[in-house]
Amino acid sequence: MRNKFAEVIYRESTKNSKICVVVADISPAGSMNLFRSKYPKRFINTGVAEQSMIGIAAGMALRGLKPFCYTIATFSLYRPFEMIRVDLCYQNLPVTVVGMGTGTVYSTLGGTHLTQEDISIARSVPNMNIIAPCDPVELEDALKYCCRQSKGPIYLRIGKAGEPTFVNKRSEKWKFGKIRKIVSGKDICILTFGPIMEKAFKLREKLKKDGNSVEINSCHTLKPFDYVTLKKKFNKYKKIITIEDHSEIGGLASIVKEAAYNNTYKGKIFSFSLKDKFIHCYGDQNDLLNKHGVNVNKFYRKVL
Amino acid sequence: MQNKFLLSKDRCKLSRKRILDISQQVKAIHAAGAFSSIEIVDAIYYFLMKKKKNKFFDTFLMSKGHGCMAQYVALEKLKILKKKDLDQYCTKNGILGCHPDYGNPGIEASTGSLGHGMGLAVGISHSDVILNNKKKLFVLLSDGEFQEGSTWENMMMAANLNLKNLTCFIDHNGSQSFGITKYTHPNFYPLVEKIKSFGWECKSVNGHNVSSIINAYKTKKTNKPLMIVCNTIKGKGVSFMENKPIWHYRSPNKEEYKIAIKEILKK
Repeated sequence: MRNKFAEVIYRESTKNSKICVVVADISPAGSMNLFRSKYPKRFINTGVAEQSMIGIAAGMALRGLKPFCYTIATFSLYRPFEMIRVDLCYQNLPVTVVGMGTGTVYSTLGGTHLTQEDISIARSVPNMNIIAPCDPVELEDALKYCCRQSKGPIYLRIGKAGEPTFVNKRSEKWKFGKIRKIVSGKDICILTFGPIMEKAFKLREKLKKDGNSVEINSCHTLKPFDYVTLKKKFNKYKKIITIEDHSEIGGLASIVKEAAYNNTYKGKIFSFSLKDKFIHCYGDQNDLLNKHGVNVNKFYRKVL
Repeated sequence: MQNKFLLSKDRCKLSRKRILDISQQVKAIHAAGAFSSIEIVDAIYYFLMKKKKNKFFDTFLMSKGHGCMAQYVALEKLKILKKKDLDQYCTKNGILGCHPDYGNPGIEASTGSLGHGMGLAVGISHSDVILNNKKKLFVLLSDGEFQEGSTWENMMMAANLNLKNLTCFIDHNGSQSFGITKYTHPNFYPLVEKIKSFGWECKSVNGHNVSSIINAYKTKKTNKPLMIVCNTIKGKGVSFMENKPIWHYRSPNKEEYKIAIKEILKK
């Protein structure tokens, strides 16, 4: 996803001279180098100074520019959080804060580099919007939106590298603020976001063998959330599954369960999220996810 | 020119009086912190900021949000804020609170949380370089903001980005909520040397002398960003408020108000 980010930003910036990139000491991969050499004034590296990254971007937005802040998610959201709250959200400035390598992606780097509660935190701040694309194709649509919008701040939650593509010809079109159907199915509805959609597809295959037809949706816009479409899912399905690479507190599971109560949903909701725990596991991402109980076989046994 | 400074002196006197008047209508107000900034704000608005077609062309950021009364009364005089706006300060129907809010007339950014102004100032100044619009930016920080790491992060960036269009004023009153800085945080000093070592041109002046402030600005020697350390007195103008931490956030009672007004108008 990070290569796609650099590629799209570069392409968009050739058409829009307001786009600027502010990074905090992250090695600019691929096309980012191109952006940097072609627009040296529009590229700022603040060094290991994330508060500065956000403050400067806010100042640029006050002058009508369109800045993108970019670094590893823990450092783009948590470290300069008060700058995000006051400079960006309180003043409602159109700055996109890109959190790269979110959720459990950086398993081997340990807890200092994990973002398991970012959506929960970002959601609670007024004016903040949150987009979490499931694959590089969805990221491209989301980024184009970020480049063109001027409503307010966006937290763009992305993966790292090598994500498969889930979006296909039959998927619905991407639209900000809308739940997007990726594949259809009539018995069970899966709601998910981000690259962990991979687990949804594996679960779908397993359930398919038992004769279940499973729909998968990308809830790419976590805020504002598409409660209208969610209500339709409540009306249509008796079983809803949420899968997320995020804490059980304040993420997709919380959103769906709150809405279920408000809509007096009578069906069953199975939610698979990260535990509210710092787990010391330095294996690969799947090893850490397994420790959190995010495991397709486990999902399958529970849903059946 | 002499006449201009006499006018400035009068304005500053009336600004302090206006703040004291408002302090009688609300329970609490950051009067002392505003009093230390009065001359700096006057210098910026009346002597340094360029105007085009009767509107300010340059930008002023009040990073020291709790000193906003000094800015509000100046904006009232400049007819950017209305008398009604100040009369309704900190009331339910008013638009002005204890800290400046972005979107209000003359207010370029929301401040109040310390250590935010320098980042915004660097972002705006660099944008002005990108946009090549020849605007200048003036930002006023409290000395307390130089205890925030974010201020130094951004000072480093201002110098890295060669922002010669950026001028920062420190309201160095040396007094904060918990006491006098030189006693509570002795290693806060030396200040001027620290600032210079971060790539800025830096001068130290009497912050209650408008002509010294302007002179410091006009005699800038380098292409670096400029920091003017304005040595001030918290509560300046009212003897019992001067350098007394208790007056950081407090309104004088009726008796105190009468004495304060007398002292201010006499000076």
